[in-house]
Amino acid sequence: MNAVVRLLRAGWEGLFGLLLLVAAPFAMPRVRKRVRRLAGTAPTSLWRELTWLATPLGLLLAVFWLDLALAGLMGVGMPLLFALEGDGELWYQWVVVDDLAGAFFAVPVGALMLWVAWRLAPRFVRAEAWRTRRLLAPSLAERVEWLTETRSAALDASALELRRIERDLHDGAQAQLVALSLQLGMAEDMLDRDPTAARGLLLEARAGAEAAMAELRALVHGIHPPVLSERGLGGALEALAVRSGVECEVALRRRLPAPLESALYFTAVELVSNALRHSGASHIAVTVDDGVVLRVTDDGRGGARVEDGSGLRGLQRRLAPFDGVLDVSSPVGGPTVVTVELACASS
Amino acid sequence: MRVVVAEDLSLLRDGLTRMFDAYGFEVVAALEDGAGLVERLVELRPDVAVLDVRLPPTFTDEGLRAAIEARRAVPGLPVLILSQYVEPLYATELLSDRSGGVGYLLKSRVGDVREFVESVRRVAGGGTAFDPEVVAQLLHPRRTGFDQLTPREREVLAVMAEGRSNAAIADRLVITEKSVSNHINSIFAKLDLPPSDEDHRRVLAVLTHLASSPPGP
Repeated sequence: MNAVVRLLRAGWEGLFGLLLLVAAPFAMPRVRKRVRRLAGTAPTSLWRELTWLATPLGLLLAVFWLDLALAGLMGVGMPLLFALEGDGELWYQWVVVDDLAGAFFAVPVGALMLWVAWRLAPRFVRAEAWRTRRLLAPSLAERVEWLTETRSAALDASALELRRIERDLHDGAQAQLVALSLQLGMAEDMLDRDPTAARGLLLEARAGAEAAMAELRALVHGIHPPVLSERGLGGALEALAVRSGVECEVALRRRLPAPLESALYFTAVELVSNALRHSGASHIAVTVDDGVVLRVTDDGRGGARVEDGSGLRGLQRRLAPFDGVLDVSSPVGGPTVVTVELACASS
Repeated sequence: MRVVVAEDLSLLRDGLTRMFDAYGFEVVAALEDGAGLVERLVELRPDVAVLDVRLPPTFTDEGLRAAIEARRAVPGLPVLILSQYVEPLYATELLSDRSGGVGYLLKSRVGDVREFVESVRRVAGGGTAFDPEVVAQLLHPRRTGFDQLTPREREVLAVMAEGRSNAAIADRLVITEKSVSNHINSIFAKLDLPPSDEDHRRVLAVLTHLASSPPGP
């Protein structure tokens, strides 16, 4: 059933693509953006995109498939059809059916057609995917350039992260432990002379230890929350929803490689926090499906844009090494939908 | 009182065992991994089980899952979950069977020995003991009805959600018990919950209401 749905969708997109082709001379950038969204790939050349639009194989295959499927259905239902219109003659493919016996003969033919349609659907889908890959996949040179760019971005990001962790540890937990040691030392000193004061210091010391532990917990959570390793991306998003008071719907059933889960999780955290801070929304939802597609929607004031220096641009850059695509739909007045898709995670 | 302890960190396991001995508990089993934990809990039926969330062999959430399963086999079996970190999601899972005798504390709370033993006793008696940190995260401002509460009511709610009695709440916030019970009636009215006198039932009512309801406008 999944293959059939995809085939029909490919047909629909092919039709839509032809319309885009007509619009191309008038609104080129918009058209190219749409094409990339339809095809789900990284930047490629103008000519290849137009060629892709102009050869809607998916549309042809979908139409052919529908014809086959309907003919099959008609064959299987022929006796019933004949009984309903029994007086005349019915055409079935290239044969005239003029009696009930003939009608029953159509049934196995129809069944055969349905079976063939069933077997063909995944093949048609694969053919359409092949066409897209051939036309729109980046050339080797383009790919190398892309990989070099994203690799250096990834290295920069991880160096920045390490510096942040070092700073947090130095200023936070380490400083608190130093203070703690001091308090304990003083308490040890005062124990005989002034036990009450010593006790006061010990209480302070324990409070300081608690504070240091709280900081370390927060730091660990910011690096890799335990729930992410324990429950995977789905569970971690549920936990995020409980912590932030947003809604969540998880349709992802499998585990992904740890770096992907981590990237998607922290992207979700940032998107949710943006929604909480800037959108003024009353209803925020995080969904992830099996594709893998992460979506954060809110019904707030909208107007979010991916601009240079914005947080969203930063997210895109961090997702680039995973061949990730972040798409924002945020008209002023809302609602806002941010969609994140990682190519290497798709099934 | 019979206790089962499951903790893989031997230093902490020994410390807990010694602490329980000193306070008159009987440690019937001190386990160090999750294998067969559910079976042992069902077989031993302790008055309370103190379990670490993370145990071998997989070092994920064995302890939590064992607790939930054991409570399915023996409804109301008192369990106290200890963890290095608190995850509100786990608290909601513990609450999902709606019976009392459940707790979720940070391991560092063990440092305040008297409080910790009191929490263990409370859980063993069918009450609840939730760490203030996890309560703070569950009583999130975005929850339904939470913004209708006055700041004082929110304070009372937070202490109550840890599982404390009215007397303990009054003590902690330095107000009279009468004020506490007035505040609580008002809280329940505002959250549209039926009033309840029993400590653990009201904690469950409040936390499940706040943890499970979708955020409203």
